[in-house]
Amino acid sequence: MSARLQRGGRLINRSAQIEFTFNGKTMKGLKGDTLASGLLANDQLLVGRSFKYHRPRGIVASGPEEPNALVGLGEGARFEPNQRVTTTELFDGLTSASQNHWPSLEFDIGALNNRLSRFLPAGFYYKTFIHPRSAWKHLFEPIIRRSAGLGKSPEQADADRYEYTYGHCQILIAGGGIAGLQAALVAGAAGANVLLLEQTAHWGGRAPVDGDIIDGKPAEDWISATLQTLAGMENVTLRNRMMVSGVYDHGYVLAEERIADHTPGDGRPRKRLWRIRAEKIIAATGALERPLSFAGNDIPGVMLASATRDYAVNFAVSPGDHTVVVTNNDDAYRTAITLKDYGLEVTVVDVRQAPTGELPSRARAMGIRIETGRGIVKVKGCKRVTGVTIGLQAGEGGAVEEIACDAVAMSGGWSPVVHLWSHCGGKLIWDETRALFRPDADRPPLTHDGSAMVYPAGAANGALSAAAGLADAAAQAVLTLQSLGKEAGLTQAAQADAVEEEAMLPVWIMPASAGPELKSKMWLDFQNDVKVSDVQLAAREGYVSVEHTKRYTTLGMATDQGKLSNINGLAVLADALGEEIPRVGTTTFRPPYTPVTLGALAGEARGDIFQPLRKTPMHDWHLAQGAYMEPVGLWQRPYTYPRHGETHEQAVNREVINTRERLGLLDASTLGKIIVKGPDAGKFLDMLYTNMMSNLGIGKCRYGLMCNEQGFLSDDGVVIRIDEDTWLCHTTSGGADRIHGWMEDWLQCEWWDWQVFTANVTEQYGQIAVVGPNGRKLLEKLGGMDVSKEALPFMTFKDGELGGFPVRVHRISFSGELSYEIAVPASHALAFWERLYEAGQEFGLQPYGTEGLHVLRAEKGFIMIGDETDGTVIPQDLNLDWAISKKKEDFLGKRGQQRTYLAAKDRWKLVGFESIDGTVIPDGAYVIAPGTNEYGFRNAQGRITSTYYSPTLKKGIAMGLLKNGPARMGEVVEFTSMTGGVSVSAKVVDPVFYDKDGEKQNV
Amino acid sequence: MSEPVSALNGAVSEGFARVAEIGPLGMITLRAKPGTARLAEAIKAANGCALPDARRITHAGDNSCGWMSPDEYLLVLPYGDVAKALAAIAAALSGQHHLAVDVSDARAVFRVTGPNADQVLRKLSPADPGALAADEIRRSRFAQVAAAFWPVDGGYTLVCFRSVAGYVMGLLTHSAQPGSEI
Repeated sequence: MSARLQRGGRLINRSAQIEFTFNGKTMKGLKGDTLASGLLANDQLLVGRSFKYHRPRGIVASGPEEPNALVGLGEGARFEPNQRVTTTELFDGLTSASQNHWPSLEFDIGALNNRLSRFLPAGFYYKTFIHPRSAWKHLFEPIIRRSAGLGKSPEQADADRYEYTYGHCQILIAGGGIAGLQAALVAGAAGANVLLLEQTAHWGGRAPVDGDIIDGKPAEDWISATLQTLAGMENVTLRNRMMVSGVYDHGYVLAEERIADHTPGDGRPRKRLWRIRAEKIIAATGALERPLSFAGNDIPGVMLASATRDYAVNFAVSPGDHTVVVTNNDDAYRTAITLKDYGLEVTVVDVRQAPTGELPSRARAMGIRIETGRGIVKVKGCKRVTGVTIGLQAGEGGAVEEIACDAVAMSGGWSPVVHLWSHCGGKLIWDETRALFRPDADRPPLTHDGSAMVYPAGAANGALSAAAGLADAAAQAVLTLQSLGKEAGLTQAAQADAVEEEAMLPVWIMPASAGPELKSKMWLDFQNDVKVSDVQLAAREGYVSVEHTKRYTTLGMATDQGKLSNINGLAVLADALGEEIPRVGTTTFRPPYTPVTLGALAGEARGDIFQPLRKTPMHDWHLAQGAYMEPVGLWQRPYTYPRHGETHEQAVNREVINTRERLGLLDASTLGKIIVKGPDAGKFLDMLYTNMMSNLGIGKCRYGLMCNEQGFLSDDGVVIRIDEDTWLCHTTSGGADRIHGWMEDWLQCEWWDWQVFTANVTEQYGQIAVVGPNGRKLLEKLGGMDVSKEALPFMTFKDGELGGFPVRVHRISFSGELSYEIAVPASHALAFWERLYEAGQEFGLQPYGTEGLHVLRAEKGFIMIGDETDGTVIPQDLNLDWAISKKKEDFLGKRGQQRTYLAAKDRWKLVGFESIDGTVIPDGAYVIAPGTNEYGFRNAQGRITSTYYSPTLKKGIAMGLLKNGPARMGEVVEFTSMTGGVSVSAKVVDPVFYDKDGEKQNV
Repeated sequence: MSEPVSALNGAVSEGFARVAEIGPLGMITLRAKPGTARLAEAIKAANGCALPDARRITHAGDNSCGWMSPDEYLLVLPYGDVAKALAAIAAALSGQHHLAVDVSDARAVFRVTGPNADQVLRKLSPADPGALAADEIRRSRFAQVAAAFWPVDGGYTLVCFRSVAGYVMGLLTHSAQPGSEI
């Protein structure tokens, strides 16, 4: 059984006991434990069920590569699925639960899949798609959905907060092991601005566990001395609990900082996502140990040899009383020696014939039994290891002996963590003698100036021993400094005692000639349940590319992204294909290195600050009046102001009638306002608008249309001329920024020699429309400037004062009524609005919203950008030929409109529609035409663009586009709704439904 | 006439740094090509500041003039002085192609102060406050909106558009919460 040892444990504090729960069971751990070591100390070997076959699974690793031990952490609003127990720091009160089990971890019905595994081969999903067709939907999908999958989604809103931070440095060092620390010493001493990041809470990596001696002292001493030195350097920043997630172009690096994972609810943000700009990156990310592929290698109690050692040395946890160490290399002997030192029983099974290196010799001298030339044939046990049978590695699986044991420590060699090197295109080479892929220094990922962006250091560069790793880290740091034009002062690496290690013997299948029965129990990808037999089947079925095999078998596609399985899987594939490993190659390494919490990616963008909401100066007033707001771009605008008991529809109808009969007040502040000034401003506006603007009189207003180069209508609005060389262009509410950018684009890129300046002053003014027959009476009551018809005729404006406020009053109308649009500085806008509201009561003033605005304009047949236009409509389609200058030599869109299709006589054109029965025609309804098109859809000859109930006319009115529309007045056409519902008959009519001669607005 | 009211009416939030909306503050956007005759005199006459170099901001008392782009400057001055300053610019640059316009009400201005004020900015803007010279102004973004900032005594002044003042106040408040010091 696994248990806490009586002595040791460099990271735990034996005097600080804490309690936690797993599947409701209370357990005891120590401060400094990970959840993994806590579980093991409580002999909780079984921690989850596998993805597909629901096989019992235990902890395999001690770090971020863990594939099996994923749990749901926390509860309620702090629940998070798929958390690796190996990277979860234990804290008092931690709650955890295993995943993918039903009804319980101990007894799981899904394990039936295990018995049926021959029916769930590689490519099972794809095969179920194909044959028989109906089986997928009715049989396979429901079953797979129930039985597959890991964690559940949280059901409550996250109680924690998150944030971003931007970081800047010259050299970012990923990994705080001895290589990262050594690189930081060199880079820091040279004065570079260094950011050193370590994903765990501890510095120094594996060196203390491996018993390395550095500069004649235990690694731990060197690490603390180095940390002290680095802390004294102002140009070096050290941050732990920070995982470098990805490396992107031009030295852009994402990193996730775990701030309060281990102190939930302490008021700090839980995580912080760092977006870092680094000039150069040193990847000192270490190496991961590879499992070996033998039958039953997934049974709880089978662990990586390095993990076994970690648990013993770091946490004083023994995985078992008798451990069989199975290896193809010398390094695993460190585990055997460590366990023996703790007084535990160990047997080593080494595939090599005669290991005589320093470590095997030391193990032998300690009296550890070593079986050479042998491998594990099969692991015995179900929910925990009870023993192994061993046999000749070269054989087919004939058992030589059965050894009773309760733990297996396996080592198939080491793979450098090349992820950060590879994210941006760094290439790898296959190191034949050590059977590993390592960075190819000649083909690094490049940065903006074509120089190398990432420098691999230490084990990540294939320098696996402490001595080689330190030397390599110093050398790489010197290279990095040189690439930045910096001279390294310190170039001498710390000296680690060299331990002579013999060559490893690559072993991909154990035993080498195992038959199908054994191979179907050799797990490659523990999390996704992919076995040696699955990869071999894929090869037999014709999968040659490792990328295709990955997707077909799902090898390496789980949340661990194949950290343990990739190399073993591709070696098995290469073997099955009769190819060399480097010819098969690796799959692509993509960020994130380990999963990043979605909350961290969202950062601060949540709740009130999810998105910028643009507010007018009257925003709070609208809310206080109970307005129902709608988004217009990022603006919030009142849609209508419902009174007590009113529906929105009733409120809109009331607002429309009141505006037509008495007085309405509209917040039009969102309207875009762009000043265009200069000797060439008139010429510029003539190019921008389809009609003439250069000849607009000072003090006059003119409605104008803007098209894009293709000739399609893009924006509209009223232009006013302020003085000889100054105009102000009103744009649509959503169009202000876009049109301002459009203007600057033409001025900066095409007509850079024209003397024109623009300024977007949209938010400088509150714009308030006083609309309705009583409008003039209200303004006269306020007092100030003359607003009579004579002094201020229709389509003119004047600057002046009203009620003591500085205003610009425009006589323009989007409703067909007597209308004043009044611009007032935004910091006075609310006060002015309130003055109008108060003073207007005796004239029946009511505010109206955007829907009322739409109804009023539709009754008048005024078009709306975005309703009547959709990017395929030209002004001529909307009968706006009057606003297209015939005199001008050129304007944006002129050439486009001359193209045959746009100049055709039979285009869909704007008309009005009145339903025969008076109802409102559904929005988006089409007028159908006989026959079908090439795709088999019904032909159409027109469609609705705006449709409303008109409270003024007491019937449904609509505008739309109809083929040859204006020539078809009086004709009755049939509409079908988009959903294919009932058809509506409607008469084609003039789109101006109300006051066609415009007498009401011109008073 | 009413008193001018800034976007958030002087809202303040106290975290590990102090965030205060200040204003109303006078602001003028001045656009003129470099080399425009009497440009420096125009700025001097408007608010007493010197013509800033690229990415710099000059000060004269509480007044400032920031370089916003190769042909745009931002003049900061008391709210009530804008009309006079515009007249001074018009007089100095008369006959020269330029555009000077009052944008006092189009903006919201914040002051972030405290020993760790820079950390509030670091969480929101990709521009590095640590790389900012004492007389430098940066146009950048804060989370999802455009903003400019420059160092002042004990912190930073930050300018954004008026309509998103509430959003920016929310961002700054969130980022300055105690316990979230970097």
